[in-house]
Amino acid sequence: MVVVIMVSMKGIYAIWLREIKVYFREKERVIASFISPLLWLFIFGGGIGGSIQTEGGNYQQFIFPGILTMSVLFSSVFFGVYIIWDRKLDFLKEVLVAPVSRSTVFFGKLLGGITDSMIQGFILLVLGFILLIQFPLLNIIPILLVMALITWSMVALGLVIGSNMSTQEGFGMVQNFVVWPLFFFSGALFDVGASNLPDFLKAASAFDPLTYGVDALRSVILGSSVFPLYYDILVLIGMGIVFSWIGIISFGRMQQIK
Amino acid sequence: MPSIEIKELTKRFEDFTAVDKISISIAEGEIFGLLGPNGAGKTTTISMLSTLIIPSSGKAFVAGHDVIKEPLKVRENIGIVFQEPSVDDLLTGRENLELHALLYGMDSKVAKERIDEMLELVELTDRADDLVRAYSGGMRRRLEIARGLLHMPKILFLDEPTLGLDPASRRNIWKYIEKVTKEKNITTILTTHYLEEADALCDQIAIIDKGKIVIQGTSDQLKGTIGEDVVRIKGKVDKSKFEKMKCVKKVTFEKEGKHVDLVVENAAKNLQKILSYVGEIDSVEVRRVSLDDVFLHYTGHSINEENGKDSFFNRIATYKTTR
Repeated sequence: MVVVIMVSMKGIYAIWLREIKVYFREKERVIASFISPLLWLFIFGGGIGGSIQTEGGNYQQFIFPGILTMSVLFSSVFFGVYIIWDRKLDFLKEVLVAPVSRSTVFFGKLLGGITDSMIQGFILLVLGFILLIQFPLLNIIPILLVMALITWSMVALGLVIGSNMSTQEGFGMVQNFVVWPLFFFSGALFDVGASNLPDFLKAASAFDPLTYGVDALRSVILGSSVFPLYYDILVLIGMGIVFSWIGIISFGRMQQIK
Repeated sequence: MPSIEIKELTKRFEDFTAVDKISISIAEGEIFGLLGPNGAGKTTTISMLSTLIIPSSGKAFVAGHDVIKEPLKVRENIGIVFQEPSVDDLLTGRENLELHALLYGMDSKVAKERIDEMLELVELTDRADDLVRAYSGGMRRRLEIARGLLHMPKILFLDEPTLGLDPASRRNIWKYIEKVTKEKNITTILTTHYLEEADALCDQIAIIDKGKIVIQGTSDQLKGTIGEDVVRIKGKVDKSKFEKMKCVKKVTFEKEGKHVDLVVENAAKNLQKILSYVGEIDSVEVRRVSLDDVFLHYTGHSINEENGKDSFFNRIATYKTTR
């Protein structure tokens, strides 16, 4: 299918600006979003790290890139799925009747979601640097670039799901059947390159796009990884393009609920 | 060329037809009222005209553009006030308008002036920089009207703009709408439950029931089709008596039998005849035919009446088909 992409910069800016303003005004949501990554990192990471022996480095440091990925995964996918609320509550209607193309709406939402998630990821990264692992400061640039690639594909995925769902009852389904599996199979908490990993886990991890996100982040934060960095990045870019493409089509088809 | 031209427009949801082959033509600058009970198809019609949902069949041209083939062109020319408020709670009134100006590609200088002007018009200047969250229902509606008019649309859609508001706010809102639309020669299509308001405001009216247009025309034309006056007689009267009288067009008995309404031709002339014919009564009232009478006549029920047992199941059916 050929997708004609017509975008208006002003339109994208308008939608992006709205998302950013709303993000900073919902402080409760921002603060709440730090709780679970920190619990994982310090309770789970501290507990497991203290009970088992790992070769070279500590477990908390090992899972830090994974928890960072989890944090942006949750905020990104749920940002996208959140448009189901926008549609129910009619906020999106205003945008849908405006003379801007659906691809403009999609890109505005996409950029808004990436910005929100990146702010959150950045704060967690700083906390991690202070409390856990002092990576070379210059690495911050490749780290942020990799994070941006992860959020790009995950926000796009969320928007694809959100624009194809018609009731908010699907929220729990998305959490249980999309977000948690993406997280668990990604190797955020274990080493996907370990030789005695069960076969099904190896296979599932290979199909999880997030595996490459976690791997890329380990590569730029810890300096160790299973796959070469360029390979991870190619997979992430590929995912971003595929999900965005499906997202633009889905937005084009989206009609008002009721 | 008419501002809005609708030909046999239809929308089906699975096995339920929400809008059934309606045809309407609305001239430029006209205020057109689409009246009907809940679930009659008003909102669905507006949604199709504003390109929010795609029609199942039929054609519609808004400002000369096909709603199916040129949705962007249509959207450039329309402004909408939705039935449910769609202003953003977490933004201020002014920010909502600024967002709208950006979405409609307005020049930033022009936009700034227009925003001030519109805030003034709907009397929200003092509250412009408060979050919409803190606004009352009436203020939200006013903001929404300001937004719908901000980009100077040729056509304005108002879907129940006064639903759930107190009478004073309702009067105010109609006042703004009438002022602006007449001033700028904006074609307006509105839906409402309040027949009196529609009567006072609309140049043309269509009554829609169960997805079909039952009758359309000017208010006077519609009233003229059923008679001139309504005589309400209170007291015990015999049902069969009126059927023989030529001047009595329609007889409606109130359910508990406390009164009877007669649609009568020229009550001034015929009232005495009727009263002498009926015999002893408690009281009598004479008034002009209203749109409520027209509505009752053509649909068999009053506009605000829930249809007893049916309505519950209807609501479930509507609920299911809209998900």
